[in-house]
Amino acid sequence: MARDRKQPKKKLTTEEAQIPGAFEGETVSRRRFMTGTVHAAGGIAAAAFTLPAVGFAVAPVFEKQEPTWESVGAIGDFPDDTYIPRTLTLVRGIGDVGKSTVYIRKYNPQLDDEERDEYNEFIAISTRCMHLGCPVRFVAASERFICPCHGGVYDFQGKVSGGPPVRPLDRFYTRVRKGELEVGPRFSVNSELKRFSPRDPGMPLDGIGQYVYPARPTVRKIPGT
Amino acid sequence: MASLKPPLPRALRPKPKGPSEDNGHVERGRKDKLADKGISTIDWIDERTSLSGGARWVMFRKIPKGTNWFYTLGSATMFAFLSQAVTGVILAMYYDPSATRAYESVRYITNEVFLGEFVRGMHKWGSTVMVVLVFLHMARTFFFGAYKYPRELNWVIGVVLLILTLFLSFTGYLLPFDQRSYWATTVGVAINGTGPLIGPYLNDFLRAGPEIGVTTLARFYALHMLVLPLALAAMIGAHLYLVARLGTTAPPWMKADTPDDIRKDET
Repeated sequence: MARDRKQPKKKLTTEEAQIPGAFEGETVSRRRFMTGTVHAAGGIAAAAFTLPAVGFAVAPVFEKQEPTWESVGAIGDFPDDTYIPRTLTLVRGIGDVGKSTVYIRKYNPQLDDEERDEYNEFIAISTRCMHLGCPVRFVAASERFICPCHGGVYDFQGKVSGGPPVRPLDRFYTRVRKGELEVGPRFSVNSELKRFSPRDPGMPLDGIGQYVYPARPTVRKIPGT
Repeated sequence: MASLKPPLPRALRPKPKGPSEDNGHVERGRKDKLADKGISTIDWIDERTSLSGGARWVMFRKIPKGTNWFYTLGSATMFAFLSQAVTGVILAMYYDPSATRAYESVRYITNEVFLGEFVRGMHKWGSTVMVVLVFLHMARTFFFGAYKYPRELNWVIGVVLLILTLFLSFTGYLLPFDQRSYWATTVGVAINGTGPLIGPYLNDFLRAGPEIGVTTLARFYALHMLVLPLALAAMIGAHLYLVARLGTTAPPWMKADTPDDIRKDET
């Protein structure tokens, strides 16, 4: 009996359902057809303004960011045993709040063990704390970066030596052009100072962190570095 | 003969006397006439909308014994919201949501506009007051057990209202665009970004780019003054509808009346 009930019902044509004025072989009544048409028209009308609005709101995520290089002074200005602060415009068009401090020093072979290439003759450390993004300050006396918000502490190389930060301080690519030091795009590093595409603060890069917190598809590190 | 006079047009005929002026001796004051006009206007609207039934349904509800001052926290929150709405509209008359002009316009409101500092202060401190009141109202509901059947949905709506209030606080904090608001928003967005997988994308959506910039401010401003207040107002409507529909609860220390109590009250 149960099997009988499961049998799909044959769809009645409007004629069989004895709807007056039905055409022969008609399976959709005119009322149903009109209802469907009106709903579809409403849906199209709503989509016509919703889809562009959503696209407009989401588009900046996929906007391509061109890397910019900013000159910060002659290469002789930067020693290898302490950091020199320089101001960099990270965000254009918003005045002073778009500027940020960057700490720069020369690569120190006795201290730094990462592989040397054209982008790390000078080391430029971002002041964005990797806990939640407060600005850190380099304290020369203790040779440490200290964050005022929640007590994050980083050593001379920017590696975490205490507090809540989840990865070392971000860095910037640097290059030398005509005796001038230029600072370029930002990149993130894991605890071994391996380069990664830039991430936001609070996103660890060790272990599965780099997969759990994907980088922006449009902002990548320089290929091959 | 009098009967041969042509009939007067309807507009010129003397009006039949109303029930309140039938004896013709009482001189009706201007005040009474005004009251009549008011009543007839309300009647005119009510005849076409039946609003008075709804108004009676909202205003003249039965409330349980033991209702006390704690029950005013919800209304207090609503008035805090209304205050935010009014002062916010006035601030919007002077505020300029462009990244280079925002700080200057806020400084202008604070230092130059007549009562500007006062209105901005109302908005700034009022936002804190509103958040505090929301939590007090929530605590009252929780400790009085007023979230229980059949009022669970109203609790859920209340939580949505809480979240919208916090969103309003978050988006409003960036608008003065000084160092404090810039870095506070940086931190807030970073907290949001620690959600795995979608966190980074949500960040980009909030900031409208990789860093807090021109578009972030415009985006926060639009959310703060259009999207969130409208959503909040709509949800408050739903919240109040359910309050009127379901009624309020008695405090937990009140005991239900026994038939004996009721008989005693009646005698």
